This record gives sequence, C-alpha cells and structure tokens, in this order.
Amino acid sequence: MTRKILKSAISAVALSLLAGAAAAEVGDQLQVNGDLDLVVETAAPAHMADTGIRTIYSGWVFRDADTQAMQMDDFDNPGLLYVDQGAEMWATPAGTSEKSCADCHGDASESMAGVRAVYPKWNESAGEVRSLQMQINACRTEQQGAEAFKYGKDEINAMEAFISMQSRGMPVNVAIDGPAQSTWEQGKELYYSRFGQLELSCASCHEQNYDNYIRADHLSQGQINGFPVYRLKDTKLTSSAGRFVGCVRDTRAETFKVDSPEFVALELYVASRGNGLSVEGVSVRH
Amino acid sequence: MADNVTPRVRVPKSASAGEVISIKTLISHIMESGQRKDGDGNLIPRSIINRFTCDFNGQNVIDVTLEPAISTNPYFEFQSTVPEAGTFTFTWYDDDGSVYTDTKDITVG
Repeated sequence: MTRKILKSAISAVALSLLAGAAAAEVGDQLQVNGDLDLVVETAAPAHMADTGIRTIYSGWVFRDADTQAMQMDDFDNPGLLYVDQGAEMWATPAGTSEKSCADCHGDASESMAGVRAVYPKWNESAGEVRSLQMQINACRTEQQGAEAFKYGKDEINAMEAFISMQSRGMPVNVAIDGPAQSTWEQGKELYYSRFGQLELSCASCHEQNYDNYIRADHLSQGQINGFPVYRLKDTKLTSSAGRFVGCVRDTRAETFKVDSPEFVALELYVASRGNGLSVEGVSVRH
Repeated sequence: MADNVTPRVRVPKSASAGEVISIKTLISHIMESGQRKDGDGNLIPRSIINRFTCDFNGQNVIDVTLEPAISTNPYFEFQSTVPEAGTFTFTWYDDDGSVYTDTKDITVG
C-alpha cells in the first residue's frame, strides 16, 4: 500500500470519528446496499510480478467520498437507470427473428451470472478474442437478425451494464493463456507504448504514478473491473473502450476507433491486471 | 413525450408516530434546457420536468419548481414527519403535459 492511500485511509477514519455515526463509512470498504461486499483491494495477479505493483486497487478507492458513497447505494447510483433500460431491451424482441435475448438465454440472473467476469474472451468459432460488447453485437446480427448496436452509444453500454450487473461481486478472471495469449501480448505491448505529443503510455500514469495527481485528477491504477461506469461529468455510461479513446486522446494522439481490435487487445490486457477484483456491475466515477 | 421516463421513490415501510423520515426520489428524464443546438444549428426545444410535488394523505409535504438549469435525472432527498399511517403521493409534471405519479404506503407501529 502506498503512503498516500494509507494516509487518506487514516484521515478518513479520523473524519468518521469526528462525524460520529453520521455517514456510512467510506474509504476502503465498498459495501453496496448494506449487504454486498466488493473486493476493491487485493494481491496483484502473478503476471504483474515485474511491474512493481504488489496490490491492485479498484478505481473506487481513488475517488472522493461523495462519489464513493453514490456507488454504495443502488438508489443513488445513476448507472442503475441504464441497467433498467438494459433489462427492458433484454426482454424486447428484435430483428427478423423476432426473438428477444430472454427467448434464448432465459433469466439473465442465471444465464449471465459470471459472464462479465471472464470477458474479453476467446471465441472458438469466430477465431478471435471478443469483448462483451462484440459478443452482444454478434448475437444481434447472427442470432436475432437485428442491426448491430452502435459502439460508444447508450444502448450497447446499457446492455453491457445489465449483463455486467448479473456478475456483481464475482472476481474478475479473464484467461490470458491458450488461444487468447497472442492478443494479450498485443494488449500488453499497447499498454507500454507511448502515444501522442505528450508521449504517454498507459503505464506512465497508471503503473508508475497511480495515487499521484495529474493536475487536479487523482490517478488510479486504471482498473476496468468497474466498467461500464457512470461518469458524473458525462451524465452517462462509458465503456472501457470508450475510456481508452478518452485516455489516448488526452495524450494528444489520434486514437484507435472505439471498436478497433487494438482496444479489444488492450481491454483484455487491462482486465487481466484486475484479476481478483470484484466486478462492480456499474460503477460511479467522476 | 420524453423517452424512458421512470420515477423511482424510496420511503421506509414503517415509522413511529411523529418520526421524521428521509425520502429519496429520482426520475429519469433528459431535462433538455432549450439552450442547446443540434448538429445543424437548430435549437433543441426545451423539455424538462417543471414541477415536483409530494403529498401525504392529501396534505402537501413539498412543492418544487424546477428550472432548465437542473441536470439530467433530477434527484430529491427531503424529510417528512409521519403523524399517522398513510400514503405518500409523488407527482412530476413534464413540459409536454405528461404527469407521472408514484405512491408509497407507510405504516405506523
């Protein structure tokens, strides 16, 4: 644990002592709705041995108390509006097949439990690594005979949020070996590649400088276990690929497209750095 | 009519007589301010929730006028005294004339 996180944890305790029992304790324990504990801090997976990071933290740890609190209660979490929208789409027939997701997959709380935790994942019949969003769109075009959702837009993010919610609390566990390995290696290379006029790689901020400030922003480890996230500044959901676009743009580079194979590889690699953290369903970040 | 408008309310199921309870409400709504322009430079017409009320057994608890500067998905948290068992009625008024309501019962024990 880095010094600053430790310090803020201590001051959070001191504050909560001052405030008495006024507010739910915020800082290092993420409990949703008073009954579901999520893992926001755990040992780094084995493949990160040479990164110098021993402990991985959810992005939730780095946000301020108000934002943290919003995620601790489903009523206060605006992302749940999109989960409801996703649930509605799940049950609505689409395309030439006139079938809904539910017609094949039934009750999502059973059929989709654990799905978010293992994506991006190798798809044998397609011969590629697919992100969850790609899989959703494959289902739409191949099974439902419907038009693919547009990447980066609300509909696909809402569907991902709904599916993600069914795995809330389960540990992220993406496979990085076997057929997915070459994609994972590609993602790793991207993670350490410097982009843009500012010549920043993902690692420059999220590996070497997490817990420091970049101007006014508290740098996290760039974990994506909480995605899709409800971003308060956008007042809507953002997917991990959508966030990558924003990050690369901020280095003053031309970014890859939101649905590019590069970002699928990066998503797999970044997800694997969070193996062991809880899927947060839909998280709240600023 | 604005799309995907769904009211949500959280009220405790029971309270002791005279207790002050906390109520949370949220309605999903775009709250289009009427100040923005679309891609072609045309003004996007204003579409907001302009009034929100809460009544308890016919007696008004809160009556709010909302203005265009209020952001998407307006959220209210407020307190109410519960003198007796009864029903809270929540009403949202949309610019387009739509009225959305929700009710919650509370017991006193």
